[in-house]
Amino acid sequence: MKIKIPKLTFWSSVFWIIVALGIYSTILRFTKGLGAVTNLSDEFPWGLWIGFDVLCGVGLAAGGFVIAAAVYIFNLEEYKSILPSAILTAFLGYLLVIIALLFDLGKPWNIWHPIIMWNPESVMFEVAWCVMLYTTVLALEFSPFIFQKFKLEKPQKIIKSLTIPLVVAGVILSTLHQSSLGSLYLIVPEKLYPIWYSSNLPYLFFLSAVAVGPAMVTIESYLSSRAFKREIEIHILSKLAKVTAVALMVYLVLKIQDIIKYNLFSYIFTLNYEAIMFWIEFAFGVILPIILLANSRIRSSKKGLFIAQLITVLGFILNRLNVSITALENYTQANYFPKWTEITVTLFMVALGFALFRFIAKHLPIFPPEVSEKRKLLTEGFEVISIKEVFKEQT
Amino acid sequence: MKYGILIDITRCIGCYACEEACAQRWGNPITEAHKLSSIQNTAVIDYNGVYVSRLCMHCEKPTCASACPVGAFQKTSLGPVIYDPSKCLGCRYCMQACPFDIPKYQWDKLNPKVTKCDMCYERIKAGNVPACVEACPAEARTFGKRDELIEEAKRRINENPETYYPHIFGLKEAGGTSVLYLADRPMQKLGFKANLPEVPLSLFTEQIMSKIPGYIFWGGTLLFGIWWITKRRDEVQRLQRKLKEMEENNKKENGK
Ligand code: SF4
Ligand code: SF4
Ligand code: SF4
Repeated sequence: MKIKIPKLTFWSSVFWIIVALGIYSTILRFTKGLGAVTNLSDEFPWGLWIGFDVLCGVGLAAGGFVIAAAVYIFNLEEYKSILPSAILTAFLGYLLVIIALLFDLGKPWNIWHPIIMWNPESVMFEVAWCVMLYTTVLALEFSPFIFQKFKLEKPQKIIKSLTIPLVVAGVILSTLHQSSLGSLYLIVPEKLYPIWYSSNLPYLFFLSAVAVGPAMVTIESYLSSRAFKREIEIHILSKLAKVTAVALMVYLVLKIQDIIKYNLFSYIFTLNYEAIMFWIEFAFGVILPIILLANSRIRSSKKGLFIAQLITVLGFILNRLNVSITALENYTQANYFPKWTEITVTLFMVALGFALFRFIAKHLPIFPPEVSEKRKLLTEGFEVISIKEVFKEQT
Repeated sequence: MKYGILIDITRCIGCYACEEACAQRWGNPITEAHKLSSIQNTAVIDYNGVYVSRLCMHCEKPTCASACPVGAFQKTSLGPVIYDPSKCLGCRYCMQACPFDIPKYQWDKLNPKVTKCDMCYERIKAGNVPACVEACPAEARTFGKRDELIEEAKRRINENPETYYPHIFGLKEAGGTSVLYLADRPMQKLGFKANLPEVPLSLFTEQIMSKIPGYIFWGGTLLFGIWWITKRRDEVQRLQRKLKEMEENNKKENGK
């Protein structure tokens, strides 16, 4: 008898190794407690899981509200083709943030407590509500694809009639949420290293999320175009790149304002760990993407755009890790570095995200049929709509 | 009436009786660590021969209570800030937020609690003094009404100006605390942070939190407004196109 050994490609073996290690760490986490799987301590209560899984996870999901606002609120129809995948990413992002929270919370079974135990003064309370409500909104925004697949017309109609209120709620909730993750740190002015403390933290977090949302959409389009062998909507993505560039420019202005307002020159021009981390973040995460994305040649090349936006994303991740980890090292003197089990859980979350996206994209109509030249012209406003169509849409 | 504890560092002889009394009250093991932890709610720390007691400051406007999403911390009317583990979800924002780094965590437990001094709330409710105060043989810890403790501290400073550094730590720090300190030097030289603001730290988040209802209202209105305008614009454009097409059709027909 012949036994067929399934061929393992490089990435899928990486994937299964991560899953195995992730499951091992998960078991450890829920049988031995936080102390056994993390390097967290009384001095350093928040580590990689908050810094990456939550802060970055939420930020990287920002594509959902940026594109939804563009399509429905600003009526920019041309972005419609990437909306489903942006919403799916956001939804999966939030789901994974919730799963990551179940790992990080000391008493995960109490995660629902903010629903009935209120402390409206607390930023964390706001964060909790935003996560709950926005995940629900994203689920509803995404549900039409499931209804479509199973041909459920009635619920599809109901959701469709709710589109605008849902999108408005989604935009409000996610702007609140993106910024409130920054507000979390407003309460520790004496602990955060001065380079990163600013009363503008909520706005800085919001702006970088607006910048990184389109960047994530771009990366995901690029990767899925390779995985699913489809064309990239480069004309859309290069327009989105402008959104990133503009958001980063505003960010840059605010950050420079902070440097002047808080007189940070002596901090950023000394040679220490914090200053070096700041400059890496600032040069590679803000200035370099602005330069690259302002260049129309790069914007219109698939690879160039992909690399530029990848740099934006990496810079964003570094920024969140700097605020949540680097900025606290000096005060706490804890020398925190994540334990390997913390890292495997984080990788596990990322891998799960990829796998879920792939699975759903395969089975649901996330990617619309490729845009034909005719449609493209239409979205650019060159083609005239036939009278019949006008009447059809109005009645 | 708000109670508090006045800690006179110049009187402490470093006998650790308070640590032991506190451990007993909580049923914790006695350790030699002399460091705040999940099994030590008060610690006497040796700063080159100066013994500095640490415990929760029982802030007048506690940062921990402001930060906690579920209100597990509560400033009681008697003064103590108490913690309810049945509400807590273990986000540890309180630990991150507390300006005195007081809350500690049971990292090795599967159902972990935040731990800190509760000023022996049960005891003072029953009219007793906190265990550590009772145990102190040197009267380095005095329990009483906060106002009276402040008077007492002032009296000590005035009567022995050469012994004391003329500052009551806790009078204003972080918006004022129920635990007050007297020492022969600034507390910043005894392990307390130098850059503590004199306002409650919750002020920094309040400023932004208070903007949220307005943001939801105006943001929502604005978004609906933009949606309505862009929709109108599209409709108008569509009608214009329709008109143009009709005209062209007419022309074509006329031209025939
Ligand atoms: S010292 Fe810290 S734990 Fe104690 S009441 Fe103040 S903020 Fe809360
Ligand atoms: S860890 Fe518990 S007590 Fe502390 S802020 Fe979170 S929910 Fe509140
Ligand atoms: S007041 Fe009670 S809980 Fe607080 S340190 Fe003293 S003995 Fe411990």
